[in-house]
Amino acid sequence: MSVTQVIVGMGSCGMAAGAGRVWDRLTELFRNDNINFRLSSTSCIGMCYREPLVEVRDQRGYVIYGEIDEHKAARIVESHVIKGEVIREWIVRSDYIASPDDRFFKDQTRIALRNCGVIDPGKIEEYIGRDGYAALRRIAGEGIKPSSVINEVTMSGLRGRGGGGFSTGRKWHLASIAAEREKYVICNADEGDPGAFMDRSLLEGDPHSVIEGMIICGYATGASGGIIYCRAEYPLAVKRLREAIKQAEMNGFLGAGVAGIPGFSFTLSLKEGAGAFVCGEETALMASVEGRRGMPSRKPPYPSEVGLHGKPTCINNVETFANVPWIIYHGAERYASVGTPGSKGTKVFALTGKIRNGGLAEVPMGITINDIVFGTGGGIKNDRPFKAVQLGGPSGGCIPASLGDTMIDYESLRSTGAIMGSGGMVVMDDTTCMVDVARFFLDFTCRESCGKCTFCRVGTRRLLEILNRICDGEGREEDMVLLKELSEQVVDNSLCGLGQTAPNPVLTTLRYFEDEYRAHIIDKRCPAGVCTKLLTYSVIADKCTGCTLCATACPAGAIAGARKTVHFIDSEACIKCGICFDKCTFGAIEKK
Amino acid sequence: MKNGTCESRSADLSLLKPLLDKYRSSGGGLITVLQDIQEAYGYLPAEALEAAASVTGQTLTSVYSVATFYAQFRLKPSGRHIVRVCHGTACHVQNVKSVSLALSQELGVADGETTDDLLFTLETVACLGCCSLAPVMMIGSETYGNLTPATAVRIIKSIRRKEKGK
Repeated sequence: MSVTQVIVGMGSCGMAAGAGRVWDRLTELFRNDNINFRLSSTSCIGMCYREPLVEVRDQRGYVIYGEIDEHKAARIVESHVIKGEVIREWIVRSDYIASPDDRFFKDQTRIALRNCGVIDPGKIEEYIGRDGYAALRRIAGEGIKPSSVINEVTMSGLRGRGGGGFSTGRKWHLASIAAEREKYVICNADEGDPGAFMDRSLLEGDPHSVIEGMIICGYATGASGGIIYCRAEYPLAVKRLREAIKQAEMNGFLGAGVAGIPGFSFTLSLKEGAGAFVCGEETALMASVEGRRGMPSRKPPYPSEVGLHGKPTCINNVETFANVPWIIYHGAERYASVGTPGSKGTKVFALTGKIRNGGLAEVPMGITINDIVFGTGGGIKNDRPFKAVQLGGPSGGCIPASLGDTMIDYESLRSTGAIMGSGGMVVMDDTTCMVDVARFFLDFTCRESCGKCTFCRVGTRRLLEILNRICDGEGREEDMVLLKELSEQVVDNSLCGLGQTAPNPVLTTLRYFEDEYRAHIIDKRCPAGVCTKLLTYSVIADKCTGCTLCATACPAGAIAGARKTVHFIDSEACIKCGICFDKCTFGAIEKK
Repeated sequence: MKNGTCESRSADLSLLKPLLDKYRSSGGGLITVLQDIQEAYGYLPAEALEAAASVTGQTLTSVYSVATFYAQFRLKPSGRHIVRVCHGTACHVQNVKSVSLALSQELGVADGETTDDLLFTLETVACLGCCSLAPVMMIGSETYGNLTPATAVRIIKSIRRKEKGK
């Protein structure tokens, strides 16, 4: 009989939720009590809303338990591992017992995330055990030519998953025909969009799939050097990559004569970013790798002609590379059978915000926003009304609930004014102010603008100033026209993607939530109750029991009233901190 | 930095030498050198910038221009614990502002500042990538999720207690 395996989810999100303590407790049990089980770790399976997760695998199959702490972990060992009794009420996923959380996986097709949360990312043999490096071996074994590899990638219909949506096969082709001897492959792992974390999860959970994708790209384009440019804010991803590169070298997948392919050598190094959003732009990224300020340069020439150190360079995103080995191993046809005519395959989304099941989900192209929000995502937290999703981070836009039937594909999303982007999907309910959201993104792009183009440097600042005054109740009637005009100028006159897309959050909220702008500007009111300067707090006399909780908590001493009598808020003294609103257990504080 | 006496200068340079030797032997670009220096000192001392300029063959101006371009680099000493509060979209939507406000009051410093006892530096960062646990902050390499102003303050207090006990 095989030994029962206990596996702890130790990705960044699991660790933040307390997986470290669960691990320590299980290690103690493992060492002290002589109980027979194997203890190992894996990364994020995507169910961040149920972290920390503990999985038990035995001859019956697997069971994943959710929201586990030290005590629950001990009970799992006692009950499931020792006695073989499953604890049904904690199950979030299993292959032999149904769970209400199965809804989260129902619409998912896991290609890029195929190994995330399944294998131990620190062990190359577990990756190999699940067809890892099999694509590379297939290329070596069958002697597949570089041009055929490119052809396969082109036929699969894979497009850049970093947001641009450019055909990956085409990009590889352009790099392959460049006449230089020295060429580079770069993996863009500078995931800077606030609200997106699929690249982090992939690198932490399955670094070898990205590495194998890069090696295949190197073979196809004729490059012998690869660089992974990873955000320094992702310490665990950096650690996993370093380990994985070493393992790949030791196993003959990197270095001279990769996987036994004659005449093909490929080396890989890791560069840590130093914290600049603009470095997600490919020319800025290359400047940063070269040790300079990360400022974009004019295209053409494109990196496929003149890239890193002036040599032809093929840059792809993490998720794009992770798809490649699967495509080469299973064939382009199978990949292209998923998705829509223009957008093939799957896309990983980071579901966050006011959504019940926050986490990572990989869905086939062609399903709708509503499918994701209400199916996979389980609907809105606390059953509040669904208002909008924000897609594509600072470069993207807000899509209102009324367009929830929009399909997930590059073109459909673009027609709404938003973009596919890297896959951040922030869900918003009626307590999210759309003017404030636009302001949030402009505050971000304004700080992250590298300063090269005047319209981006100064234009985003002016946009931010206008949005600030609208949120502060000092908006002017002409502001909406001004915002729109200025936005169009910034789009037209910026060199790189950052500036060209920075006004998108403003333009889409203006387009779909004009009423909310009007309420701020004309009625001096924030319908979502977010913009503090536009709020007034008052006591609802009928509901107030005179418990004094609010008066005691008020930091400004603005609430008066004797015990067991209706309290009163002095609006002059009120600093609008909202503490009374949060403290009141009777719903007697009104925020307008 | 200003009151760096001869002694502290020599102490500084002793930490610096292995880093610069490594660069001389293997290369790696200016940003890597600066990252290594910051790893060793917690910030980029003026003397180290000068040394980085000479070893990379660049002018001090261009080294400074790179050091000030990237958010990661610090020109002033930081506290022992760097409190990074995430202000990404998900955290923003989940009202991280109130967490930042509470931390700022508890520590008595504004964003980017360091407490007088050099225990804490408070920083706002763009996104830590733990969006489903928003609001989130990171202290050292430890990430804390699902914060409220009260829990955030409690975490600071417990670190402070531990430090006092040392």
